[in-house]
Amino acid sequence: MKQLIAYILLIPLIFTKCKVDPEIKPALPADNIRVVVPEGWPKPHYNFENNPLTKEGFILGRSLFYEPALSRDNTISCGDCHQLFAAFAHAGHDLSHGVEGKLGTRNAPGLFNLTWHPHFMWDGGINHIEVQPLAPITNPVEMDETMENVIAKLKNKSNYRKMFKDAFGDDSITTQRIFRALAQFMGTMYSYQSKYDMVKKGKATFNTSEQRGYNLFIQKCAVCHKEPLFTDFSFRNNGLSVNPALQDSGRMRITGNPNDRNKFKVPSLRNVALTSPYMHDGRFETLEQVLDHYRFGIVQSPTLDSLLQNGIPMTEQEKLDIIQFLYTLTDYVFVYDKKFDNPNR
Amino acid sequence: MKKIALIISTLSILTFTNCKKDPKEPSNNNNNNTNTSTTGKLILTFEAMFGDSALVLNNKTYVTANGDSIKISTFKYYISNITLTKTDNSTYSVPESYYLVNHNTSSTVSFTLNNIPVGQYKSINMLIGVDSARNVSGAQTGALDPANGMFWSWSTGYIMLKLEGTSPQSGSATKTFAYHIGGFSGINSVLKWISPSFNSATANVSSSTTPEIHFKTDISEIFKTPNTINLATTFNVTMPGMNAKKIADNYADMITVEHIHN
Repeated sequence: MKQLIAYILLIPLIFTKCKVDPEIKPALPADNIRVVVPEGWPKPHYNFENNPLTKEGFILGRSLFYEPALSRDNTISCGDCHQLFAAFAHAGHDLSHGVEGKLGTRNAPGLFNLTWHPHFMWDGGINHIEVQPLAPITNPVEMDETMENVIAKLKNKSNYRKMFKDAFGDDSITTQRIFRALAQFMGTMYSYQSKYDMVKKGKATFNTSEQRGYNLFIQKCAVCHKEPLFTDFSFRNNGLSVNPALQDSGRMRITGNPNDRNKFKVPSLRNVALTSPYMHDGRFETLEQVLDHYRFGIVQSPTLDSLLQNGIPMTEQEKLDIIQFLYTLTDYVFVYDKKFDNPNR
Repeated sequence: MKKIALIISTLSILTFTNCKKDPKEPSNNNNNNTNTSTTGKLILTFEAMFGDSALVLNNKTYVTANGDSIKISTFKYYISNITLTKTDNSTYSVPESYYLVNHNTSSTVSFTLNNIPVGQYKSINMLIGVDSARNVSGAQTGALDPANGMFWSWSTGYIMLKLEGTSPQSGSATKTFAYHIGGFSGINSVLKWISPSFNSATANVSSSTTPEIHFKTDISEIFKTPNTINLATTFNVTMPGMNAKKIADNYADMITVEHIHN
């Protein structure tokens, strides 16, 4: 009984302790912000040479990534369609979502190892990590906002002036600074600590199914999904039927070249178990469906990739083994890294 | 005498060292005189015309080479990478020279180049548009800020020239036309380097006088030679490609020197 009273007396103390000023939300850890080039990987395209990486720049970039003021009606942030637990893809959504429930025409891809990308978007239309955010911010079916308005809104939010000052030395808010801060956050989303990576380092071993799957992967998939990034960043027509509602010509939209019709960027397969649904229009929900497409579903057309003329033959067991291997590409260190999470949640 | 020679040679070494350029700038110059006491200013002014008529936005009707009637609502373009040549053939490349000439905003049609070495200049070379390097270098500032509306968001690159308006002959349902001309690489490049003639005049930059080069930008050229533009079929050119190249070939000679004030 005395004990119970003692506990009851403690209650106000607990409450007092829990009370936090809602204005002061402590940022989650953002230490160890640094450039990473894992052993054996190629040289990244973007090396932060003109955009020196700092903890403050990363924290600002993170705030902007989760900032709904980047959208016209202040409802949508980058983080809404790029979710950490899904390796920054949009879990369960085939096409991108925008303001007022608008639907885009393509699937929001996972975000990681972006500094190695020579170009961005499914059609490669964007040539630099810094200017990439302009596309979703200004797209009428995504965030539908202008940079002038974004800057004006950020200037009216008290915390941003300080964050820009901390990151860049003074509190002026410019397009360049917004984009460079976002590049510091997105460019340091490194994913290189999957089981596959541990096996490569000799710190783990594949089970027999994973090992068979890896061997098959090397034979059947690795030309396009090239190690260690699991993409060769090329544009290819992988034999998908054209969705009549979307009429998306892919790379041809950028180059105007009929030889590029229906070609899309080869996506990385890192974290692929987390980034469903699959393909540029999110038409497949499972990896089984994806592999069955390569087995039986290839649609012939003039620009079909030469490697896929006969599909990719495999037995049911081989398919399951390949999927077991693909699961080893999930990087739990990355998706559980709190420094990438919304600091205001 | 020896002393003077020594001073001169030391000074020239110093000035050379001082002139180290940003490596990103195209370097085709021998900038050897940026000492402030020996520099002046130069003003460049662009007046938009349609043939012989001064441009009046929105209300005035002009007739193109193809016989189409047009009204113009927006006209702007980049001028960049300015290099000046003196009568002794030495050249000066104006560092970081990127200007958006927007004929919808009078404050932008004239700008001052500072720190120009004193001397008599007989020619100018510049780019209509933005060089390929700045199209692939990420987020820029100033005239090149993507927020200026001269940068494609879906396919990276600057819109070098933007002309918009209306025409009863336009093939579009709304009777509008829009030319957003860009493309910086390979077969799609619309980069036009121009050297409009001073007609044997010179711009004499000194520490006390600031000359002004007055250019005429003739919009009628955008619609003619070598490619006559037909508004019925060519009314929406908003991405790099063949039509953009045709229009750029046309506008390569749209800027001429009207006169030079000294």
